[in-house]
Amino acid sequence: MSQPLPSQPRLQRRFGRHRGFPAIASALRIARALFVSQYALMLEFRAEILLWALSGLMPLLMFSLWSGAPAGAAAGISPQAFARYFLAAFVVRQFTVVWVVYAFEEDNLLGRLSPLLLQPLPLVWRYAAAHLAEQATRLPFVVGMVALFFWAVPEAAWIPSPTRLLLALLAAHLGFWLNFLLQHAITMLCFWSERASALERFLFMPYLFLSGLLAPLDLYPEAVRRFALLTPFPSMLYLPAQLASGGPIDAVAGFRTVAVWLALLIPLNLVLWRAGVRRYAAMGG
Amino acid sequence: MAIVHVQGLSRSFRVSEKDPGLAGTLRHFLRRKVRTVEAVRDLDFTIEPGEMVGFLGPNGAGKTTTLKMLSGLLHPSGGRVEVAGHVPAHRQAAFLRRITLVMGQKQQLIWDLPPLDSLRVNAAVYGLDDLEAARRIAELAEMLELGEELHRPVRKLSLGQRMKAELMAALLHRPEVLFLDEPTLGLDVNAQAAMRRFLADYNRRHGATVLLTSHYMADITALCPRVLLIHAGSLFHDGSLEQLTQRLAPRREVRLELADPMPGSAFSGYGEVESCSGRDVRLLVDRDRLTTVVGRLLADLPVLDLEVRDPPIEDIIGRLFRQGNTDQP
Repeated sequence: MSQPLPSQPRLQRRFGRHRGFPAIASALRIARALFVSQYALMLEFRAEILLWALSGLMPLLMFSLWSGAPAGAAAGISPQAFARYFLAAFVVRQFTVVWVVYAFEEDNLLGRLSPLLLQPLPLVWRYAAAHLAEQATRLPFVVGMVALFFWAVPEAAWIPSPTRLLLALLAAHLGFWLNFLLQHAITMLCFWSERASALERFLFMPYLFLSGLLAPLDLYPEAVRRFALLTPFPSMLYLPAQLASGGPIDAVAGFRTVAVWLALLIPLNLVLWRAGVRRYAAMGG
Repeated sequence: MAIVHVQGLSRSFRVSEKDPGLAGTLRHFLRRKVRTVEAVRDLDFTIEPGEMVGFLGPNGAGKTTTLKMLSGLLHPSGGRVEVAGHVPAHRQAAFLRRITLVMGQKQQLIWDLPPLDSLRVNAAVYGLDDLEAARRIAELAEMLELGEELHRPVRKLSLGQRMKAELMAALLHRPEVLFLDEPTLGLDVNAQAAMRRFLADYNRRHGATVLLTSHYMADITALCPRVLLIHAGSLFHDGSLEQLTQRLAPRREVRLELADPMPGSAFSGYGEVESCSGRDVRLLVDRDRLTTVVGRLLADLPVLDLEVRDPPIEDIIGRLFRQGNTDQP
């Protein structure tokens, strides 16, 4: 039996309108369509995302551990500064979580890659849109958690200066891209091994230790701290958390490290993507 | 000029083999046994723009492998492929915009969202402006008899509705060349018929070239004046189904209804007696003798009714595959 057709004006409303330079308008239209569809998808799983958001409570647990420890006082970090750092770390962690390797691995194993590889759009944009949409879905939960924290620990409540806030937002977003590109590079190994996520799990250890998730890097021995700052991991958490919480940080050096790692990871991802697709085509699609 | 040009196309895979049990596992761990499987061997064919071609072969014959090579998902081990003026393996965007590959067992629609959300993404990816996207969606929806289903999550759709929505997503950019791998797989008879009507209509409207594989012979007989038959990776037949029937079934079936029952031995001079029960007789007669034999039967015997038919194509091809008799005549 014939079904009623969606009316053209209704379809046009759903598809929206665009003006401007064709190439930019086209890119924006793709970005918007990807984001909107992925956001709709994430909202379908909002309960699951709430659980994921709650599973990122480790910085707040670390705060409860460190708040009574003498090491902080010895390093000149007040309990209030600890509280602010770990709350900021919690927020930053919420917006820098990356799971591209697991999504890609599943798509590969379930045979969903082939139809997507036939479209004139690199897959990375779909996964990036999914991550950004997930961040948008987490936002209300994070706001609620921050409000709850301020209510529970009122002496830690603070409003960062506009400059610090802007820099922290920028650093957090760049930290996300750094984390995304690092994991995406590992993801590309799925073209060679069906279980590339094992390598990602291996990388979680240096992330845990060097990102500042367990403690501010200021508490580390100087040599370890210097080494950590050369790796990409502090850029994913310590740098934006310190900027947001008002802690001491060499922002210029921090952003320089981000730039260096991005400059390394972007071409590496391009090379691995091209080689991976060639490999996929060579091995059986 | 041909829109699909295939010359000497080959594809082999290396597959590892493992014996069952602990001993087999240990041997497999210490020394892998690898053998090379030739999925496609030295395939040659061309397809003209607007043709609808059936691609037949048993499971494992190399049909899907060939379609994947034609769409650029798989690199050939040897030979040359050109589709719409492009080498598929280069995966240029201009090429990807001109083709589509629909695999009955794989989906591109987002499972938990309505098809319209996926269509919206595809419209953006293929650079369709809003008006054109809406127009094409309305046209495809009308052709496929989809309406409110486009607003329901894909997971809530029936298999037939989902397949139609998959086709919409695959055809929204209006590709010139369609590679369809079992698009009616698992559909009921009505949904299969609707899908066939749609494909014929789409081909008529847009002049699209279609290369179709299907296990349902009705799809091929309804849509494809020409068939390519491959077996064990090699091309066995390129021509019409009638030619294939003549080649594989050199005899035709003559069904007789007699006024009075007669013994089977009474028909031995006319052809091979396939069955004889009472007044119903089935004979197999050489094609070149058919006219003479039919004339003699009508003249000699008390025939009430006579019907000449080809054996069902499924039976002919099925027999060929079972026998593995694919020697070129």
